[in-house]
Amino acid sequence: MKRTLAAACAAAAIAILASGVASAGVKTITGAGATFPYPVYAKWAEAYYKATGVKLNYQSIGSGGGIKQIKAKTVDFGASDAPMKPADLDKYGLIQWPQIMGGEVLAVNLPGIKSGELKLSKQVLADIFLGKITKWNDAKIAAINPGVKLPEMKITVVHRSDGSGTTFIFTNYLSKISPEWKEKVGFGKAVSWPTGVGGKGNEGVSSYVSRIPGGIGYVEYAYALQNHLTWTKLENHDGAYVTPTAANFQAAAAGADWAAAKGYYLLLTNQPGAKSWPITGASFILVYKKADKPENTRAVLKFFDWAYKNGQDAALKLDYVPMPEKVVDMVEKKWSQTIKDASGNPVWAK
Amino acid sequence: MRGWDLGDTRMNDTSANPRGGALGDTLFRGASLVAALTVLAVLGAIILMLVKGSMPALGKFGFLHFITSAEWNPVTEQFGALSPITGTLVSSAIAIIIGLPVSFGIALFITELCPVWLKRPVGTAIELLAAIPSIIYGMWGLFVFAPFFAEHIQPLLTATLGRLPVIGALFEGPPLGISVFTAGVILAIMIIPFIASVMRDVFNTVRRELRESAYGLGCTTWEVVWKVVLPVTRAGVTGAVMLGLGRALGETMAVTFVIGNSHDLNTGLFWPGNSIASTIANEFTEADGEIYTSSLIALGLVLFLITFIVLSLARIMLIRMSRQDGAKS
Repeated sequence: MKRTLAAACAAAAIAILASGVASAGVKTITGAGATFPYPVYAKWAEAYYKATGVKLNYQSIGSGGGIKQIKAKTVDFGASDAPMKPADLDKYGLIQWPQIMGGEVLAVNLPGIKSGELKLSKQVLADIFLGKITKWNDAKIAAINPGVKLPEMKITVVHRSDGSGTTFIFTNYLSKISPEWKEKVGFGKAVSWPTGVGGKGNEGVSSYVSRIPGGIGYVEYAYALQNHLTWTKLENHDGAYVTPTAANFQAAAAGADWAAAKGYYLLLTNQPGAKSWPITGASFILVYKKADKPENTRAVLKFFDWAYKNGQDAALKLDYVPMPEKVVDMVEKKWSQTIKDASGNPVWAK
Repeated sequence: MRGWDLGDTRMNDTSANPRGGALGDTLFRGASLVAALTVLAVLGAIILMLVKGSMPALGKFGFLHFITSAEWNPVTEQFGALSPITGTLVSSAIAIIIGLPVSFGIALFITELCPVWLKRPVGTAIELLAAIPSIIYGMWGLFVFAPFFAEHIQPLLTATLGRLPVIGALFEGPPLGISVFTAGVILAIMIIPFIASVMRDVFNTVRRELRESAYGLGCTTWEVVWKVVLPVTRAGVTGAVMLGLGRALGETMAVTFVIGNSHDLNTGLFWPGNSIASTIANEFTEADGEIYTSSLIALGLVLFLITFIVLSLARIMLIRMSRQDGAKS
């Protein structure tokens, strides 16, 4: 115990010496926002504290909350699963960048059906959430699932009752695959659902799905794993049925053209590629371009730079997808170009 | 120290020194006035904030349209409060319909029928029930009561009451156990201890002589309760019910767990719905855009108005009742 403490102190001391005087003053970084990446941010924060002695205080209050808090300047950074539109970024003087990626899965509760046994096509998925397919033994579901014994059971759609970045990504996907969904419902952090019951948070949806026979809901992959929910295969952009794995999330992320996306406003749903998982999304970090407290902003950037470089294993272990190196370089270049202190000097310099 | 205090008290005795007493009185009156005004000021501030906050939404939709439209669409920014208003009123009504007779029975049993040795345990149990945090009721409702209700009670109700003409349509819906009706039942369980304990205290205030004279005249227990205890304690009983109703209208966490959080409006009580409080709790943190936030604040204002109307109705009812009594005698 004593030895580990001593080692930690030594490590912290070395890190502080190494990092120089610049950010020695900032001992705690505060942030708030998205719940989706919270598990991995918490892991990073723990490791970062051990390595540098700088604490991260992150409140997972939801993406909208994160945006509100950064606008109110009560935190050093905000986090959101739904990217802010470039026009809004300019309006508030904010910059955003993608920090981590992950996938969402459809969880079902059907007696006798195991994870990966059920396949859902784009058409069927949209029709279920539109309330047009109401029974699990519907001919349209049976046609794409030969050999699967589908129960004669009512379908209960489970969605989020609170506004959420998870909903944003999922409804964005439905809008891309179904013109009818796009026209009738559209996409956003909260929408007017044609059918179903609402659960609060990923946990709420998980518990409703595991409680209601015949239930189907969208949850972040890690929650489906933790709660032992039954996930389905999904038809992707290229028409192939794929399984939710880190490799397939990565395949979806690989084709993303971040360089061309203004303000990094890019949604990774329905990406082309034979292996691409269709409901993939990035989670974003927001800070001010003009740093009132450059020390704090620098500490924030240091943390996320460290996470980009040292946090991949932790992310993969929790089934998140780290950002590719190419994108990281691009983001960090953007930091040094756009984030300035009061006198116009760049806050971030390599 | 003590002696000095005593001497001081004697010197400040009002009859001996009226001036000092007047000063004390003035100070005391001032202090209690400030305390009373604080309540009014806080109430006023809340109303002001609610009205101000809900202006953008009410200005856009109009108050009448806001409370009569069932559309709740954050994407197109169209908001109407009919579904949460209905959910709030219906779940609270169910809570009172179930909770009132049960509470009445409990209070009656404790005050009139209960053997002395059982009084204390039953009374304590009720007070303990009242102390359980609402989130516990919510979790119990979701994980224990809802599945049980879906499997056993709901099919029974649909098969019996659901067959009746007119009200049969109320007992329809998917077998989820997550519905406006479930919320009403959970609320009933939550408000029973409140209503029952107040009723018990009120029944205990009835003068012994009244009760005993009635028994002396040969009244049965039922007649004593119905003709003597209830008329005497009417104001108190109404107060107890209003207390329960007030709690049911505003209850948030337990309802959010079991009501289903759907903005659809259905005649069937077994369909998922929502209430004003649960909608605000669910959506406020993530509401972006002025109209969305403002609509949620407007919902709060509507809840405030509903509570106010309910309380006023109770007052009017009491005044009427006492007038009728006056006319009779």
